[in-house]
Amino acid sequence: MTAPSGEAIPGTTIFDGAEAMKGYALNRMCFSFNDAANRAAFVADEDGYCDRYGLTPEQKAAVRSRNVLQLIAAGGNIYYLAKLAGILGLGVQDIGAQQTGMSVEAFKAKLLAAGEV
Amino acid sequence: MATIVGGLAVSHVPAIGKAIADHRQAEPYWKPFFDAFGPARAWLEQAKPDAVVVISNDHGLNFFLDKMPTFAIGAAPEYRNADEGWGLPVLHPFAGDPELSWHMIDKLVADEFDMTTCQEMLVDHGFCIPMELFWPDGPAPVRTVPIVINTVQHPLPSPARCFKLGQAIGRAIESYPKDIRVAVIATGGLSHQLDGERAGFINPEFDMLCLDKLVNDPKALTTYSTHDLVALAGSQGVELLSWIAMAGAMTGKVRQIHRHYHIPISNTAAALLVMENSREAESVAA
Repeated sequence: MTAPSGEAIPGTTIFDGAEAMKGYALNRMCFSFNDAANRAAFVADEDGYCDRYGLTPEQKAAVRSRNVLQLIAAGGNIYYLAKLAGILGLGVQDIGAQQTGMSVEAFKAKLLAAGEV
Repeated sequence: MATIVGGLAVSHVPAIGKAIADHRQAEPYWKPFFDAFGPARAWLEQAKPDAVVVISNDHGLNFFLDKMPTFAIGAAPEYRNADEGWGLPVLHPFAGDPELSWHMIDKLVADEFDMTTCQEMLVDHGFCIPMELFWPDGPAPVRTVPIVINTVQHPLPSPARCFKLGQAIGRAIESYPKDIRVAVIATGGLSHQLDGERAGFINPEFDMLCLDKLVNDPKALTTYSTHDLVALAGSQGVELLSWIAMAGAMTGKVRQIHRHYHIPISNTAAALLVMENSREAESVAA
């Protein structure tokens, strides 16, 4: 999506009002994961927990897929999605690798290489 | 009257907090990063701030999309850290300074910055990790006033607006009648992007330009739009807005004390900047 000014930035979703409306239920669920009891409730019954927060079918499918690009396409914001990723045992380098289609080792090597200029 | 002794800025990558908790500072991956803090701590010991104004962004601990302030300020006697959901240990509470907070609120609103005021505010890694880095031996011996800039939901405030906020913060601090010493700390950045096919984006050339300009000509950074910042620094590199605000709060002659830049810490180009602020008259005399 393009911000009001400037050209679209490849591989980047600007989390604006349209995204914030689309992703509200999903992000609200992820925000609830600040609480350990809520994380446990999600793990115990994922679908039921998603329903309690009113996720759309697209958002529920994205959660089931564990696919970060799909979660972003469903309106997820990375700051909130990070809390879901935490439950799934995925760190920022795991999700970086997943989104770029690289192995985690290759993704880490790419970051290290950025420092060797 | 209060004096602004200087400004500090540092990245706040969660992995830093984890490395501190796990005592991994001496490991090869971490050593260059942690070793860079010696000069910053030495300067703080000499500058002896009584209070620090910490400009950062919330990451979904205190604020949610139901109510998302563009600019918020703490007005609490104490700020608690809490579980962010992915395993960082919860830190001790930090002392507030409600009297300084309310003075700043009065001045900022009079100066046309209509802040959201928070008598309760949870502080996340964006606030806590810098405090741990600057004062590694336990609770910092300073009172704190947190200021939060929205970097989550666009439209974000522009670099020009954040610079003006910083200038208003500077005026607010310097008009505080008590004879205290205040440092301004900015946290976040520099270039990084966590989301999308562009995840892992880092831009050393732009970061270097920013580090130079923050000291010598911060106004030059106000020509960028927030969209430009996303393009040049990455989706989360927009946390640079806090650094621009900090630079705006420097009211006098600015001198760089220390600077360090290191790639990567986790997915981020990590940086540290320490600047001294002195009144023009003093610097002429010196």
